[in-house]
Amino acid sequence: MASEPPGSRVPLGAEPASLFSRRTFIATATAVTVGGVAVASDVVPEPSPQATGAPVSGRVSLVVNGEGRTATIDNRTSLLDLLRERFGLTGTKKGCDAGACGACTVLVDGRRVNACLTLAVRLEGAEVTTIEGLAPGGDDELHPLQQAFIEQDAFQCGYCTPGQIMSGIGCIQEGHTRSPGEIREWMSGNICRCGCYVNIVKAVEQAAGTT
Amino acid sequence: MHPFSYTKVSDLAGALAAGRRGGRYLAGGTMLVDLMRESVERPSVLVDISALPLGEITATAGGGLRIGALVRMAEAAAHPSVRAAFPVISQALESSASAQLRNMATIGGNIMQRTRCPYFRDVTAACNKREPGAGCAALGGFNRAHAILGASEHCAATHPSDVAVAFAALEANVHLLGPDGERSVALADFLLPPGGTPQREQAARPGELITAVEIPAHPRPLRSGYLKVRDRQSYEFALTSAAVALHLRDGVIHQAKVAAGGVGTVPWKLPAVERLLIGERPSQALWAEAAERAADGARPLEHNRFKIELLKRTVERQLRVVGDLAGGTA
Ligand SMILES: Cc1cc2nc3c(=O)[nH]c(=O)nc-3n(C[C@H](O)[C@H](O)[C@H](O)COP(=O)(O)OP(=O)(O)OC[C@H]3O[C@@H](n4cnc5c(N)ncnc54)[C@H](O)[C@@H]3O)c2cc1C
Ligand code: FES
Ligand code: FES
Repeated sequence: MASEPPGSRVPLGAEPASLFSRRTFIATATAVTVGGVAVASDVVPEPSPQATGAPVSGRVSLVVNGEGRTATIDNRTSLLDLLRERFGLTGTKKGCDAGACGACTVLVDGRRVNACLTLAVRLEGAEVTTIEGLAPGGDDELHPLQQAFIEQDAFQCGYCTPGQIMSGIGCIQEGHTRSPGEIREWMSGNICRCGCYVNIVKAVEQAAGTT
Repeated sequence: MHPFSYTKVSDLAGALAAGRRGGRYLAGGTMLVDLMRESVERPSVLVDISALPLGEITATAGGGLRIGALVRMAEAAAHPSVRAAFPVISQALESSASAQLRNMATIGGNIMQRTRCPYFRDVTAACNKREPGAGCAALGGFNRAHAILGASEHCAATHPSDVAVAFAALEANVHLLGPDGERSVALADFLLPPGGTPQREQAARPGELITAVEIPAHPRPLRSGYLKVRDRQSYEFALTSAAVALHLRDGVIHQAKVAAGGVGTVPWKLPAVERLLIGERPSQALWAEAAERAADGARPLEHNRFKIELLKRTVERQLRVVGDLAGGTA
């Protein structure tokens, strides 16, 4: 049966940051509470599904890095928050939480996607691969692209790196590595604040040649 | 994010029933989840349509193409029939968003996407699209990225899609399925300019589902391509863009289809440019003369006057690129 690590027993609604954006909160003098849910007072809510009795949470079973997992989650939970906050897989990073940086890139059923815009409740039966799943044997057996990032000095702070590597794996699988220019274009969904792009392209090129 | 219930439907009847009860369709989720997180969208029921049988690309009898609403952007761009017949569609898609987003986002969701106007996305700013009657913060605010064509005194937000510009050039139709059955609407009538009702962006009726986008047959060979000009080279929305498709016979342009993006409140067809091309022989002078009409009717705002000249140059460049492919210019 699927394992549920201790971290996954966080009570429902334990994601205050996702209730409303920080901007909404700051700009609103007061907040009211409706049915246990905080709602900014300048926002007119649609009838709450709770009022109609429709469940706002669900149960999802998926495979993460080869391991079956089951969790009961608020429907609002992103795959990114499920991985980080519930499964303790903090290798996948949150940058923008809006699809605009690529830090959260993981593979879902073999394709690279943004985990921040993926609702976890949709992933029944899905296979997810994160950076933690690339070298299950530990640091002695790194994935060729992880090794290439080290050899090509393709990071500084490292915050974007898990997303870059997962995206690079997708890029190589898709066959978009025929020239540095092509790699640059097909890796453009991953922003690097430290500006390591030149070496990231070299690392993807190196791994594409060896995998 | 406002709480919502979630249901996944497996057939069209189930989807329409859920849509009729006020459920909101969820395809790739790349727009909807983002706007829900910003509290711009607050649906209380999400209807996951990803399992519906709308994921095929099929050739139509006359030589056109039917692209299912759930075909992902990445799949449509890579599809051999699309690449062979309408490179302008592949190029528009591949210059959109990122590889990750294109793996998630669908063709139906793409043409349904809402504007990227920062005031629309900021629930503390005045926006008539989000809140009718609230005013438009862009008109007197920072409007460098906004529309120079098709704006009203209520809204100047651009339609952000690239592939919709290619669809507009090719005069595509949107196939819809609703409680009253099927219908087909020209894309040009489906995407609505703001006028006095900027909150109404598409002609879809409540609960209607897009089933496909159909590209009609065009005379062959048809040369086509897309050029996108933006603040950075990739992973960015258009400041200006041009979709061009030309059919030449005996060295003469018999058909010209041209549309612009990044400049209009909807994808902007350029009939004045098309008319100047038809019946003519390609030449650098012709491209320049036709492109001079690309910004006809433009009404710039305080910060986007540059788009007038940029648009003309974008169109001229893409006419030249496609024109050279189509038969060469002297
Ligand atoms: C960072 C970023 C950059 C981007 N850059 C670009 C770009 O450069 N160019 C570009 O064109 N786009 C760009 N996009 C937008 C992206 O292409 C859209 O978000 C995407 O196409 C929406 O498709 P989806 O399937 O994810 O839609 P969803 O988010 O699932 O849905 C979008 C809307 O369409 C409705 N809908 C979906 N499918 C149907 C259907 N079959 N029938 C009726 N209604 C339906 C939904 O109810 C919702 O209102 C970008 C997005 C992001 C986040
Ligand atoms: S955190 Fe997902 S793209 Fe930035
Ligand atoms: S290494 Fe610092 S953001 Fe890329």
